[in-house]
Amino acid sequence: MNRLRDWLSGGLLIADGAWGTELQSRGLAPGSAPDAWNLDHPDLVEAVAAAYVAAGSEIILTNTFRANSLAMDGGLDAINRAGVELSKRAAAGRALVFASIGPTGKMLMAGEITEEQARAAFAAQAASLAAAGADALLIETMSDIDEARVAVAASKTTGLPVIASFAFDSGKHKDRTMMGATPEAVAGAMVEAGADGIGANCGAGIEYAASICRRLRAACDLPIWIKPNAGLPRMDETTIRYDTTPVLFASHYAALRDAGASFLGGCCGSTPDFIRALVKARCASN
Amino acid sequence: MPELETLHQAVIDGDWKGAAAATRAALDAGEPPLAIVTGCLVPAMDEVGRRFECEEYFVPEMLLSARAMKASMEILRPLLVATGAQPTGRVVIGTVKGDLHDIGKNLVASMLEGGGFEVIDLGADVAPERFIEAARTRNANLVALSALLTVTMTSMKTTIDAFHAAGLRGQVKIMVGGAPVTQQYADSIGADGYGESAGAAVALARRLVAA
Repeated sequence: MNRLRDWLSGGLLIADGAWGTELQSRGLAPGSAPDAWNLDHPDLVEAVAAAYVAAGSEIILTNTFRANSLAMDGGLDAINRAGVELSKRAAAGRALVFASIGPTGKMLMAGEITEEQARAAFAAQAASLAAAGADALLIETMSDIDEARVAVAASKTTGLPVIASFAFDSGKHKDRTMMGATPEAVAGAMVEAGADGIGANCGAGIEYAASICRRLRAACDLPIWIKPNAGLPRMDETTIRYDTTPVLFASHYAALRDAGASFLGGCCGSTPDFIRALVKARCASN
Repeated sequence: MPELETLHQAVIDGDWKGAAAATRAALDAGEPPLAIVTGCLVPAMDEVGRRFECEEYFVPEMLLSARAMKASMEILRPLLVATGAQPTGRVVIGTVKGDLHDIGKNLVASMLEGGGFEVIDLGADVAPERFIEAARTRNANLVALSALLTVTMTSMKTTIDAFHAAGLRGQVKIMVGGAPVTQQYADSIGADGYGESAGAAVALARRLVAA
């Protein structure tokens, strides 16, 4: 907890943007697992990390979102370790490395997996990420409070700061997770689970982020991680496009800061240009 | 018949024990199995779909309702088979190649079953050849493709192209859905339809098999 607060002592920190779309622009075939590239194309993964550091990210993530044993098979310890090592090398001390842990993709309440299976998968991933030297663990794009609770408990055994971030993309006002959880329910449960930070990433677009952030801020006093995506994807012939531009994205900077965001970055569809625009917006507002 | 009202409510409330008990009671009272499906389970799941659509229900509520519907169908299915009743349609469903997420696909599969379809679920990370093989051998009239990620949704196009190449495109309707998928994308890859939610998927499937 204190480490997160220490890092934030100078004010809001800028995180990175999307990885999946950046890897695709470097040749990752649609449909293949980005995480496997940590071993197959480490240079290209490092290039994405380096592009975010160069753009001004003070925190970068790792290409390990899917590398848990319930979401993919094979060589996961090596993939997770390499993910942290590549980001650390690109950061070269200029940025912190928060290691990404995504959902299992299976549903606890439907009985597809047991809590014990989920715990084991998260604990193994968290241990690999911590052993490779991650500065903190970021559990992201969660929709199920119960799964996140298990992930937080498993991650906390590493002793690293743990942030739990949810995707609010459902409901009439796009303020619920797919499982129907509200920001208030998420905040209450994550405080109880012992998370050091809380957040909202992905979701329905940046225009919904400030109100979700305000509600998280009102419901708890944990640092808040905000990484909205650049709108929803649109298909142009064979290219996936996002409608939100870096300038439009960064125009939400002040609203998000005032809503209580502690960390700000971009999710799906955002690029290093989005991060540059955020850094510029922060300069302009100081 | 009060048993059917109880069953209808049990499905909407996601009470599988109540649904199973009410199904048995309705059969004991002489209600024909097919009438229980078309007159009770299908409308109940339509209502669940409507509530999901209006965002009164979220995934957990829908899963509980699907489970209740399944508990009823498990009692009715052997009786339906014995009477030779035909399903609304036969659908092959799966998450496309490269995508391991199956939550959305499972929801749609449950809703389609509730809508009276015979569902052949191929699971996640399904290669185009497997969709083709299943559609051919099981004589399906509908194929449903799911993707959660922008990085995998392009496998939908590959799969549809493979149906063309296999000469099967004329025999099946193909519907697509999943978080990043839009109507515009569905149109651009030549899908026959796009469902925005699991509830919408059932209505779409009915339209496609009727067309």
